[in-house]
Amino acid sequence: MQMIIASRLDDGRVVFIDAAAAWADSIEDGVVLESQAEIDRLMGEATQAVEDCVIVEPYLIEVVVENGARRPVEAREAIRAFGPSARTDQLIGRE
Amino acid sequence: MYRYDEFDQTLVAERVEQFRRQVQRRLTGEISEDQFKPLRLMNGLYMQLHAYMLRVNVPYGSLSSEQMHKFAHIARTYDKGFGHFTTRQNIQYNWVKLEDTPDLLRELADVEVTAIQSSGNCVRNITSDQYAGRARDEIEDPRIYCELLRQYTVLHPEFSYLPRKFKIAVTGAPKDRAAVAVHDIGLRMHLNDAGQMRFEVLVGGGQGRTPFIAHTIRESLEPEHLLSYVEAILRVYNIHGRRDNINKARIKIIVNQMGIERYRELVDEEWERIKDGSLKVPQEEIDRINAYFASPEYEVLEDISEELDAVRKIDEEFDRWMKSNVVAHKVSGYSIVNITLKAPGRVPGDINADDMDAVADLADQYSLGEIRISHRQNLTLVDVKQQALHSLWQELKLLELATPNLGQITDIICCPGLDYCGLANARSIPVADDINQHFVDVDRLALVGDLTINISGCMNACGHHHVGNIGILGVDKRGKEFFQLTLGGSSDEHASLGDRLGPGLPQADVPIAIEAIVDQYLQDRQEDERFLDTYRRIGIEPFKKAVYGTPESKDVA
Repeated sequence: MQMIIASRLDDGRVVFIDAAAAWADSIEDGVVLESQAEIDRLMGEATQAVEDCVIVEPYLIEVVVENGARRPVEAREAIRAFGPSARTDQLIGRE
Repeated sequence: MYRYDEFDQTLVAERVEQFRRQVQRRLTGEISEDQFKPLRLMNGLYMQLHAYMLRVNVPYGSLSSEQMHKFAHIARTYDKGFGHFTTRQNIQYNWVKLEDTPDLLRELADVEVTAIQSSGNCVRNITSDQYAGRARDEIEDPRIYCELLRQYTVLHPEFSYLPRKFKIAVTGAPKDRAAVAVHDIGLRMHLNDAGQMRFEVLVGGGQGRTPFIAHTIRESLEPEHLLSYVEAILRVYNIHGRRDNINKARIKIIVNQMGIERYRELVDEEWERIKDGSLKVPQEEIDRINAYFASPEYEVLEDISEELDAVRKIDEEFDRWMKSNVVAHKVSGYSIVNITLKAPGRVPGDINADDMDAVADLADQYSLGEIRISHRQNLTLVDVKQQALHSLWQELKLLELATPNLGQITDIICCPGLDYCGLANARSIPVADDINQHFVDVDRLALVGDLTINISGCMNACGHHHVGNIGILGVDKRGKEFFQLTLGGSSDEHASLGDRLGPGLPQADVPIAIEAIVDQYLQDRQEDERFLDTYRRIGIEPFKKAVYGTPESKDVA
């Protein structure tokens, strides 16, 4: 399963494309892509969103669903989706 | 401290407004990301994993309490309430919005701080000794020459598009606290036989994926020729440096490929042409800049070490802090106080806005309003009266900023790693915390003494792992984080690169391995020998055996 991740242009925050080609802040609100046709359609929308100055650097990531929650396979993408493992304003503990 | 003149102020203000227009053009689509990227980088703005990151210069690591208060205000207003001090004595904000950046830079300009050339292929913030102007072993205040070089290199048209970034560090003391041997140019002061200050000029040092200790290109350079000689080095690099391969573009590659003798010939050839021209620095200009760094008016105070000793005898905790974090000042009756930003549960180098304000207030109350940032990501109050040390310590304790671990195992240099950085392969912050949580016995830390640990989350070595007594490098092996250890690195006046200990270890094994290394050191050390000296005497094999049993039997990575 795959999702499209990107950074929003104006504030740089991590976003995920949803089924309506809007950009969601949470991985849970993004769309999981299960067919090549869907991937092609939404990557086209993402490319247009770059042109429209909404996002930068969209790309596909692999995700799995564990206990009903989505989780990127790669550590880097998991950190992008869920935030740093230690942050000074909210020391949230280590994984 | 250096204060902007009208020219500086106008230049910085105009630069902010120029960037405001560039941001606007980007947000409206007049320029693409590819066109915008070099412009934002020249203003210190990166796109990282979670948001934009802004790197703000702290020239040669010196800042006023007013500037620190402004950093706190920026953290609260434009970020998530904290900042991160780096190995280049800068501060980074991790959660900045592009659209806010021009206003943020405008606010920084109000207190004479910029992000100009904190990134990009240009001369970066010039770094120095955090004890500059206060150290007992100092020949001259290195900040005078840092400032001279800063003024010369900022927005220099010839050197704004070098093959790659360029880092300069200056030390005025024989004890090197500025890591000059791992810089593109390192400048070390010494006195010649006539008692005149001269620079030893080093070139081609650096870390990253191809680390080198710098070579001496000139043993003795007169201060009046500093700019012309640096210009000659930069010009030769600009002409001969590689632009076809980012991994081979730093000056260290060209110096080590052609050899220091050939590089010296090329530099000398160019220098002969320009040395007596307009770049010759008149003594009046050195004096003019020197006046900004004149020592404050110290009170005439007696050294009260003996009285302090009496307090230390009855207050073990205070004694421990004094031994570890307090350093002799060049003026009798004063001390230099270090505040480490390292403790269990802390992100190394991070500080929240309330603590920034609190440290700024303490600087005003106890240290003539000045704060320094060290390349080991700590803070320093440089002018504390000995008679105020106990009160200051009590205040720092209340703030949980009195950890007595300067230069010890838990005083770890740590890059942001994969928790923030788009280049990283592995996380470094949790590894630093594991070590901090493991080594909590302060008596044992004191027993071990000087032992630096430096952690980088990738080959780019922002965490200086090559020159840590124990270096830790995060690597990605088939999607999993592993950590390679090196031993014997040092960034001081006898700089050396660490030797690889063996195969990478999983995160959970790192503190155990360090414990084994420490045990081996304590077993083998002679008298008060530092870890580094024991390592240099006995070599790597005993440590390999301590960590891996039979050499490299645990081939986990």
